Amino acid sequence: MRLFVSIISTRAETVYCICIVETSDPVAKLAVKAVKLTKTYGSKVAVDELDMEVKSGEIFGLLGPNGAGKTTTGGMITTRVLPTSGQVYVGGVDVVKHPAEAKLEIGVVPQSNTLDRSLNVIQNLYFHGRYFGMSRKQSKQVALDLLERFKLADRQSLPVSALSGGMAQRLMVARAIMHTPAVLVLDEPTSGLDPQSRLALWDILQELNSDGQSVLLTTHNMEEADGLCDRIAIMDHGKILALGSSAELKRDLGGTSSLVMKVSGDVRQLIQKLMVEISTDSMTKIVPSDDGLKIVGHDVAQLISIAVTSAEALSLKVYDLSLVEPSLETVFINLTGRELRD
Amino acid sequence: MKETMSQVVVRDRSVSLLMYARVIFALLGRDLAVLKKTAAFFVIRVIMQPFLFVFVFTYVFPKIGQGVGGGGSKEVEFSTLLVAGVVGISIIFQAIQAVALPLVQEFGFTKEIEDRALAPMPAWGLAVEKILSGAIQAIFAGIVVFPIVLFVPATAVHLQINWILLITLVPLAAIVSGTLGLTIGTWIPPTQVPLIFAIIVLPITFLGAVYYPWASLTPIPWLKDIVLVNPLVYINEGLRAALTTGVPHMNMTYVYIALLVFTILLGAVSIKGLQKRVVG
Ligand SMILES: Nc1ncnc2c1ncn2[C@@H]1O[C@H](COP(=O)(O)OP(=O)(O)O)[C@@H](O)[C@H]1O
Ligand SMILES: [Mg+2]
Repeated sequence: MRLFVSIISTRAETVYCICIVETSDPVAKLAVKAVKLTKTYGSKVAVDELDMEVKSGEIFGLLGPNGAGKTTTGGMITTRVLPTSGQVYVGGVDVVKHPAEAKLEIGVVPQSNTLDRSLNVIQNLYFHGRYFGMSRKQSKQVALDLLERFKLADRQSLPVSALSGGMAQRLMVARAIMHTPAVLVLDEPTSGLDPQSRLALWDILQELNSDGQSVLLTTHNMEEADGLCDRIAIMDHGKILALGSSAELKRDLGGTSSLVMKVSGDVRQLIQKLMVEISTDSMTKIVPSDDGLKIVGHDVAQLISIAVTSAEALSLKVYDLSLVEPSLETVFINLTGRELRD
Repeated sequence: MKETMSQVVVRDRSVSLLMYARVIFALLGRDLAVLKKTAAFFVIRVIMQPFLFVFVFTYVFPKIGQGVGGGGSKEVEFSTLLVAGVVGISIIFQAIQAVALPLVQEFGFTKEIEDRALAPMPAWGLAVEKILSGAIQAIFAGIVVFPIVLFVPATAVHLQINWILLITLVPLAAIVSGTLGLTIGTWIPPTQVPLIFAIIVLPITFLGAVYYPWASLTPIPWLKDIVLVNPLVYINEGLRAALTTGVPHMNMTYVYIALLVFTILLGAVSIKGLQKRVVG
């Protein structure tokens, strides 16, 4: 049993309720649920019977190369692309059957800058609030609060064309969460940003998430998926190939890690010693390599100290040591035989 | 969970039409704010065309002794007759401009319509809003003509206003024009819209019974028939009936029926066009 306080926010009111939920309860509220979701363009299958769940409160990442179907998936979840078949729910609302109601539960940050260029910075938020049923006063207040929070308060009267890429992106995030959606959907949110703005955006997303905002983001950037997402779905050719936390994916699909040690002196002697020291099973192998040796297996990181002490015991000088761990990149290569980067 | 789901949907459905109306109202507020920002341009845009029309045809021509539309002896009649045509052309031109042109940008490279398309209502709501927004601007453009014809023409304009016709026809004409603007703005690829002004807007305005009553086309029967596909013909025929007496005009029943049919037809086509644009 677990006790938690959940905040159910509608446009009109905020209800605090204390819920007691079985931890094993299979239907903890889902932010997004897709069932056999499919989109075809002519004979091209962009998204292929995709099943997916974004849990309430998590940051979920769709990771895949260009053309994998990420944007199309995001489009179907957010009413902007009509599925060819399958179902999709956001905050419990059927997106295809009730698009208007679903839009209340969806916050969208598209890949390109879609700020309303005819309006200035604060008006972009103010009118968004008005579209979502806020009163004039309420919308203005929420807009001001958001500008403060997203560090745009001093630019509120500027035209949006005067914003840098990072600022425009922050304003789009602010706009997307203004109506307290069940899920915030971002399409490659950092792909056009400089490194500093990228970090700032990650911070913002993490902060929103720690306040309970469910987030679905697409990315072809491993670092982003790795550092930001609670769970990652690896996508290619319209299908999800693997799903799990970054650690799970790497553990199960990332392949082996290897410890590469460069030593001066008699390497064979060291290999023999290590064979004895480390009870090598079929999973861990020690092989000679240029100027040293390589230990390949799972969790070879824990062998670092043994390897170094053994070398020292034989008076060999270790002059380089590197650990190559499984990454989402190796996960992707193992799954598809291709590299993620293009 | 199941219960919560259906509760949410039921709650929203029960208020949906009211909710949509509020969203449309908020969207109109946005358009008005944009218009206010560019008020000077808007006024120039709205005044220029009717002013030049009225100035050239009812001031310059009579002064230099050129008769237009029925011969030199009838200038008075012509300036009076022309008012309806100028009101009509201003309405249709302004609505098309107000609806179709911004969509070129909003649907095009910037996709900035997206935030409005994601407002909590179906796609038809946005279409209705665009049509209304264009219609409001068009009505303004129509009204502006009256002070112009009061002061500019060399010979006095004598209007015999039938208020019931005028008050029903102007909004109807504005809405038809809005649907026409949205049809153009949603079905024509953004890059082609300027071309459409040449191919659609110019013929509509030049062959819209602006300078002469439709009945006077009798000597050219094929043209008289062809122009019946032009909504501006009905708008101008109706407006002439609303503003003048003694000038021949089409049976008003046909005028209203035609305008209603155009509204429904173009309304449906433009809603479909907008849906295609915002939902891929
Ligand atoms: N409107 C469209 N018409 C035709 N094909 C499309 C359209 N949108 C996407 N596609 C195709 O669907 C596939 C998936 O595209 P997309 O969802 O944009 O992938 P990603 O966002 O992962 O790069 C691609 O092969 C793309 O060419
Ligand atoms: Mg994409």
